[in-house]
Amino acid sequence: MSLLRDSTVVFRRQVRLNVRNPAWILLGVAQPILYLALFAPLLRPIADQLGVTNAYTFFVPGLVVQMGLFGALYVGFGLLAEWREGVVEAERVTPASRGALLLGRLGRDVLQLGVQCLVLVGAGYAFGMKAPLSGALAGVGLALLLGAAGSALSNAVALRTRSEEIMAPLVNVVTMPVLLLSGILLPMTLGPGWLRTISDAMPVRYVVDAVRSAFSGTMSAPVIGTGLAVTLGMLGIGLIAGVRAFRREDA
Amino acid sequence: MSFDTGRGRRRRQVQAVRGINLDVERGEIVGLLGPNGAGKTTTLRILSTLLRPSGGQVNVCGHDVATDPREVRRRLGYVAQGGSTARRARCGDEATDRGMLYGLSRRTARTRARELFDQFDLDDLWDRPAGSLSGGQRRRLEIATALVHQPDLIVLDEPTTGLDPQSRANLWDHIRNLRAEHGATVLVTTHYLDEADALSDRLVVVDDGAIVADGTSNELKTSLDGDVLTVRVSAPEDLGRAVLCLGAMTGDRFTIEGDTVTGPLHTGTGGVAVVVRELDRHGITVSGLDVRRPTLDDVFLTLTGRSLRDAA
Repeated sequence: MSLLRDSTVVFRRQVRLNVRNPAWILLGVAQPILYLALFAPLLRPIADQLGVTNAYTFFVPGLVVQMGLFGALYVGFGLLAEWREGVVEAERVTPASRGALLLGRLGRDVLQLGVQCLVLVGAGYAFGMKAPLSGALAGVGLALLLGAAGSALSNAVALRTRSEEIMAPLVNVVTMPVLLLSGILLPMTLGPGWLRTISDAMPVRYVVDAVRSAFSGTMSAPVIGTGLAVTLGMLGIGLIAGVRAFRREDA
Repeated sequence: MSFDTGRGRRRRQVQAVRGINLDVERGEIVGLLGPNGAGKTTTLRILSTLLRPSGGQVNVCGHDVATDPREVRRRLGYVAQGGSTARRARCGDEATDRGMLYGLSRRTARTRARELFDQFDLDDLWDRPAGSLSGGQRRRLEIATALVHQPDLIVLDEPTTGLDPQSRANLWDHIRNLRAEHGATVLVTTHYLDEADALSDRLVVVDDGAIVADGTSNELKTSLDGDVLTVRVSAPEDLGRAVLCLGAMTGDRFTIEGDTVTGPLHTGTGGVAVVVRELDRHGITVSGLDVRRPTLDDVFLTLTGRSLRDAA
């Protein structure tokens, strides 16, 4: 199938470019460990107030989602750099399917995020997180699907705006409320009623709940189901927007 | 109709290409010549399916760009003005990957890319990052990457812009070889007259989105009917009078360029001897005379009323 084949060609090229850059690998691995080492100790003393017995079991799932989604939202900047070099246009004059141009890049992002998430989870275990391995892997899988959605959206925005100056504030405007209102850092149950109401309207919140549920080992079916449905919905929107951006003729 | 110009997200509608009616034969090298903003790049972007035409019919190798873009892409090699390779990527990888996106197997793509590197004098640059190449090498790399799938039509958008004279001449040789060795049809845009003159079998002059002339370089020059006369006048205060006098005598418009007066010299006006005699009769001392065959710049000037250099 040519979509798969073309995606693989794009994917391999992208991975090759990234792997050749040692700084990228180092930063990518260091980032999750730094989060864990520098932020989790702050949570430890207040673990009782949060209603959790193990601060890491609470915090690592949130971090997994944060990395999956927020890491992905920035990939558009890389695409803009490629676009400026003329690579995007050069790929668009080939008969390769427009979907492949997007999917190959999503593959690279998911691979990168996957490695980062696994490092993070491994470090979490080392720090004393208590979670069943199957649950942790399921949680990472969900976060990666969300990451793919974020990456597709980021690519779409990059090709639409074609400007780092517009994209940077746009990404910030999105990430800030998502970070604060999705219960990534602290559980929303701590907040007053109105804050929880706003939080209920944040799609990412349900993904965080689902990943946390997977890590906890209790695996509540409705929570996981809702999280999965929200993730797939966002992925669908992201893919449509992304492919359309690659397909669009430009003036 | 009036439009808001470029504020916010509102776009101004620009008609970049209005009337380009162009048939290119197989194996022809056609130069698309015109100043910046004439519509050259827009034309090429339509041919390469990057831009959907708002009207008209465009066929590339028998396939309509609007209804059958994939078949068009298969047969076309597009060398963009702004480059097509990533600085960090290795040259050989870029060429191989590009070929694979055209459906070639890795092995075929690599073999052909190797051949092209050889042909474009890039053989020892296979493992080098594209960003480390010189301007001329990079341009040759980009042409080579666009040829791995052996296109029938090669479209080059101002391929020599920004190159030093030696690299330009070298690239011309390579472009001429495209037809000799690949039997390909070549469409190349340029705003250099010497380039268009040196490269193409046929020249198409575009200005303001429309074709203003179409023919071989010689045809275009002879269409001017006559030579170009330049008269150097000893006293600068005589320049104005010289323009009037020569204009009255030939019926053509002469212009002042520095301390000279230039204009067309048609057959049947009596030639240089009459010009000198007439100027002498008006007391204008001539310190130099030059009669030459018209250049394409003259063609452009005659066709559009402005010089190509001014326009660009």
